Amino acid sequence: MRVAAGRSAAVVEGLWVSYRHTWRATLVSSFLSPLLFLLAIGVGLGARIDSGGPVEGLTYAAFVAPGLLAATCMQVATFEATYPVMAGIKWFGTYRSILATPVGVPDLVAGRVAWIALRLTAVAAVFMVVTIPFGVSSGPLAVLALPAAVLTGLAVAAPIEAWAASRDDEQGFVGLFRFVILPMFLFAGTFFPVSQLPDWLQPVAWITPLWHGTELTRGFMTGAPDPLVPLHLAVLLVLAVAGTLAATVTYRRRLEP
Amino acid sequence: MSTPPAEHPLIAARPTGTGPAVEAVGVVKRFGDFTAVAGIDFAVAPGETFGFLGPNGAGKSSTMRMVGCVSHPTEGTMRVLGRDPRRDGPEIRGRLGVVPQQDTLDGELTVMDNMYVYGRFFRLPRAEVRARSAELLEFVQLADRATAKVDELSGGMKRRLTIARALINRPELVLLDEPTTGLDPQARHLLWERLYRLRADGVTLVLTTHYMDEAEQLCDRLVIMDRGRIVAEGGPAELIRRHAARDVVELRLPAGAEPPSGVLEELADHVERLPDRVLLSTDDGDQTLAAVIGRGVAHERAVVRRATLEDVFLRLTGRTLVD
Ligand SMILES: Nc1ncnc2c1ncn2[C@@H]1O[C@H](COP(=O)(O)OP(=O)(O)O)[C@@H](O)[C@H]1O
Ligand SMILES: [Mg+2]
Repeated sequence: MRVAAGRSAAVVEGLWVSYRHTWRATLVSSFLSPLLFLLAIGVGLGARIDSGGPVEGLTYAAFVAPGLLAATCMQVATFEATYPVMAGIKWFGTYRSILATPVGVPDLVAGRVAWIALRLTAVAAVFMVVTIPFGVSSGPLAVLALPAAVLTGLAVAAPIEAWAASRDDEQGFVGLFRFVILPMFLFAGTFFPVSQLPDWLQPVAWITPLWHGTELTRGFMTGAPDPLVPLHLAVLLVLAVAGTLAATVTYRRRLEP
Repeated sequence: MSTPPAEHPLIAARPTGTGPAVEAVGVVKRFGDFTAVAGIDFAVAPGETFGFLGPNGAGKSSTMRMVGCVSHPTEGTMRVLGRDPRRDGPEIRGRLGVVPQQDTLDGELTVMDNMYVYGRFFRLPRAEVRARSAELLEFVQLADRATAKVDELSGGMKRRLTIARALINRPELVLLDEPTTGLDPQARHLLWERLYRLRADGVTLVLTTHYMDEAEQLCDRLVIMDRGRIVAEGGPAELIRRHAARDVVELRLPAGAEPPSGVLEELADHVERLPDRVLLSTDDGDQTLAAVIGRGVAHERAVVRRATLEDVFLRLTGRTLVD
């Protein structure tokens, strides 16, 4: 069975109608908290850090802003790919009712991923516009930071969506945030270059999607993409595509026994 | 596409084409080692109201999901609206209306938004979905609740909304999995009345129930299902005629006061001993009751009634439908 664009679009529309009722709850985590982080850490703490010299040739605010953008997309994506999935599959059964219509599992999964991409686009766009006065983006390449951050989110969301659809309950979600998402946020390049990690820990950071996403986003936002752009892109794309395919398998197992 | 009859402009489901609406041959459904449906054959004629009557766990929902093309038989073949669900799933589902056993409404959304979103899954134009939603909410008597949040509705209202939603695409075949389970009698009757109107419009209905009165009231024809198998098939009256005597005498015996063995058997065609009562099947209940009294069988209470599908089920399986 193939994906039909029209049917996936209907899934996106349905998610949008739901979001119109719940968007207020997402304001803080999606829009406000990354800005507060930028103000407190980038600007506030950054003033102290900058007196010790630039980080990778950047002011600390310019260094941390793209990191916060990528990490915010990761967090929003993780949330979108966990609790709503459990709600749709189990708590309310709404995904079951979707599959009673011409919409099939591939349409549903594609629609979900497209929806998450739209949500992330809004988050990234607001962040980039609001941070213009801080002068943290430079050069025309900076616009590419937006798709880079969105792709970072999708590379995290798609595999998590596949995993979440196979869970019996939400028990594992807290652990995911605590033991996977939070450590990535703290150690995968958002706040300081991973080269400052102990030698043995650096390879661990290199295999995280957030590190690739942060490097990609930072390179574009600061106007100096690093030579590993193709590698970062490839890793993120593979995760996003493989995760989406895996999600069609776990959704089918769950909803079409 | 034909236009709906003028006297029911709102219901507007489409008549099923010629040929069986559903045809199942040797259908088996296994979940791992467990066999939920153990080889069933049935056919639903267009325009007919067809029922699956059976207790919990009989395999009714598993069967309905296969008819609804969201699950496929492990063995056997299924044709729905003349097509192959494996190949033409989306196309078939576009012509079905599905009322699942559990309500799957979005409780956060309004009644109208639930209708709207669902209609869009059928790729219906926005204006058409809105217009039809308004008509269908009228049909299920929820028009005044259109802007209410679904979480605020009663169980009966949610069920009616689920039915309205299932009709958004003018389905040719409507599947109702236990449409009235958990509803109070008043809500049930309102719902039955709406289903009669659909039936009168020539819509093919397939429903499951574990209520024998629901099966008797609604179905033109039904199969009795037990442990994944079909144990009998026919019209409600026909099944009762074939598998039960006309009347039943229900006796409640005093604790520990079982009459000598064989006495009751002499008085009736068939005797069923349940934990709390004894059922005597007979063609003339009044006469049998008189004989029970004449023989001096001690009882606390006696009722004479017509045989029902419940008695048919009991006779065929040795168990009751609702425990
Ligand atoms: N997805 C599933 N996985 C495993 N067992 C299932 C699944 N769905 C149903 N069953 C089992 O199959 C049997 C029939 O279930 P079901 O079709 O829901 O019966 P009914 O609708 O008549 O109550 C039950 O014993 C149920 O536990
Ligand atoms: Mg059931």
